[in-house]
Amino acid sequence: MSTETTLDELPMAKALNAGLRQALADDPKVLLMGEDIGPLGGVFRVTEGLQAEFGKERVVDTPLAESGIIGTAIGLALRGYRPVCEIQFDGFIYPGFDQITSQLAKLTNRGGGAFSMPVVIRVPYGGHIGAVEHHQESPEAYFAHTPGLRLVSPSTPNDAYWMIQEAIASNDPVMFFEPKSRYWPKGPVDFTASAAPLHASRIVRTGTDVTLVGHGAMVSVLLQAAEVAQGEGVSVEVVDLRSLSPVDYGPILESVTRTGRLVVAQEASGFVSVGSEIAATVAERAFYSLQAPVLRVSGFDTPFPPAKLETLFLPDADRVLEAVDRAMAY
Amino acid sequence: MTDSPSAGSPGIDSPGADSPTVRFLTADGAFEPTPGAEEYASYLERIGETELRRFYRDMAVVRRFDQEGTNLQRQGQMALWVPSHGQEGAQVGSAYAARPQDHIFPSYREHAVGLVRGIDVLAIVELLRGNTHGGWDPTDPSNGNFHGYCLVIGSHSLHATGYAMGLQRDGLVGTGDPEVDTAVLAYFGDGATSQGDVSEAFVFSASSQTPNVFFLQNNHWAISVPVTVQSRTPLYLRSRGFGVPSVQIDGNDVLASYAVTAKHLDEARAGNGPQFIEALTYRIGAHTSSDDPTKYADQAQHDLWVSRDPIIRLEKYLRSLGEGDAFFAEVATEAEDFAADIRHRTLALTAPDKSLIFDNVYSEPHPVVTEQKQWLERYEASFDTSPEASAVTKEQA
Ligand SMILES: Cc1ncc(C[n+]2csc(CCOP(=O)(O)OP(=O)(O)O)c2C)c(N)n1
Ligand SMILES: [Mg+2]
Repeated sequence: MSTETTLDELPMAKALNAGLRQALADDPKVLLMGEDIGPLGGVFRVTEGLQAEFGKERVVDTPLAESGIIGTAIGLALRGYRPVCEIQFDGFIYPGFDQITSQLAKLTNRGGGAFSMPVVIRVPYGGHIGAVEHHQESPEAYFAHTPGLRLVSPSTPNDAYWMIQEAIASNDPVMFFEPKSRYWPKGPVDFTASAAPLHASRIVRTGTDVTLVGHGAMVSVLLQAAEVAQGEGVSVEVVDLRSLSPVDYGPILESVTRTGRLVVAQEASGFVSVGSEIAATVAERAFYSLQAPVLRVSGFDTPFPPAKLETLFLPDADRVLEAVDRAMAY
Repeated sequence: MTDSPSAGSPGIDSPGADSPTVRFLTADGAFEPTPGAEEYASYLERIGETELRRFYRDMAVVRRFDQEGTNLQRQGQMALWVPSHGQEGAQVGSAYAARPQDHIFPSYREHAVGLVRGIDVLAIVELLRGNTHGGWDPTDPSNGNFHGYCLVIGSHSLHATGYAMGLQRDGLVGTGDPEVDTAVLAYFGDGATSQGDVSEAFVFSASSQTPNVFFLQNNHWAISVPVTVQSRTPLYLRSRGFGVPSVQIDGNDVLASYAVTAKHLDEARAGNGPQFIEALTYRIGAHTSSDDPTKYADQAQHDLWVSRDPIIRLEKYLRSLGEGDAFFAEVATEAEDFAADIRHRTLALTAPDKSLIFDNVYSEPHPVVTEQKQWLERYEASFDTSPEASAVTKEQA
């Protein structure tokens, strides 16, 4: 790509666009499908220009029906295609839930391995955008809970560029959760090499007193909290989860072994969440390293509130720091 | 309006002079095409008496297979049996109308279609026994592009549509070459028509003008619920609002099923878009072996449809063409042999290997599944007190 040089500064939406363009160019079997992804380029403009470049057969404006999108993507995958479905907003994935959990997730297993299901489902998710109901949710736990699916969520433009291509190259269904509040901030994109494998978690800031783990938009909140804590004399390590299914526990456990304290943070409601799962696993595997119980910081166990109240619902740096203080008090 | 036998599906009980319902053979096996059948008559020129005998043979064999399935289930060989009894005409006729390159997306009752397409129907026994979730490999050419059974009502109508979208992209539609052009035939029931997925399949297939033929077997029941609960208008009209042309046929007339499906598959392959066929038929027995139709079924309706049996109907027609006892006796023997073979092979089935739990959950290695598979091995080995086994356990510990 002539306009793309190493270490461009791009917003995540444009990095995803570049990643999708690359995937479409690399493999004629890749096709995008979703609502308003053609001439409009998607409501977040992630697919902008792609239909003009690759044609209507490869960048498909579908009818407005999520079950139909996922169900026909499954048929296309059976025919050897690699569909990338865009769900317009997190809260609109539920009409497609049955096709995702009962069909997409299970077909490879049902078929005894005779065929794969290389389908990617892109889900813009999460809050911080002041939108109306159904537009700010974090439903990742439903899908992380479902065997047969993989689930990843980039937190930076660079990861977005690479992870979308790696997700498309995977022969398994991948739920690709895009933190929509991070669509616009720019970050460096290295077009020469991926930072880490698709399912790797990564230590993105080193510290010695407490480990913070999060994914998607939460990573920037954790980094902010770490900065503040530093000023207060607490050294914080931050792990970017990147993959929620499977979770790469290596860096997390390694970090906790050193710091002895773990705080897991997420926008999603906490009850039966990815955060609970990580807390339980770390407690099982790093029991003797822990100097404090694993603490969780989550959205409340309520429906996502009206936007004027979202900042109270969404964990911010202060909520994270409150948990850091509690962890340090043990 | 009560749930009369023809409720929701007018036209078939006493097709008048203007009946749009396609039927060639009356319940008594007389060749008396309805007015609606005229435009399909030429498609019968594609088949001769050899094919008619084959239709008869397959219908009779599947009915006997189905009976054997019920028997084996009662004897504890399967958790469940799903009977096809009564629907053989709709299934065999439509299945023979498909060309080898066509793809079939069945629901879960299409044993006859599977047989015609060449699967070893023992796989259906294995599936309902709990040995497998899949049964046969749809990518193996010997299985006639017969895709897996789908138990979530209506879901596969969308898979069939997506598959057809793929065929379009592969340039396998409307080329004019009969060896190349390919269609997708999807089966579902009257209950399924209420599912959103089936409506979405109509929407997507009409939108993309896919080479789909949707074949509804209206067997008048969704478990215990009569078709009138699903629809107060004839179901074949349903798809028209979506822009999918449709036709209603007497599904117990194997000739109607063959001719109408052949024509509409031709249309689909030619690139003329999706088509919808409603085959009026009847589920003669229980929904499955777990069902108790005495709680809801209507004896008069049952008896009426028994009198319209697709196999007896074709037998009468074949006899009118001069076929004699020897042929029917031969088929009866073949059906007995077929059932005996299924019984024999069912009794020889062993439990699946435990690796089936973990294998193919993903196409690519997955740490959680790998770890749990290894854990189960260690856990099981921990109960084994033989010296070699404890050596292994120690080593792994
Ligand atoms: C989504 C869904 N809901 C409920 C069921 C349970 N169920 C199995 S078969 C059936 C009736 C289906 O009726 P119909 O579509 O007419 O097909 P038939 O069994 O008559 O062939 C029901 C309700 C199911 N399998 N899937
Ligand atoms: Mg039915």
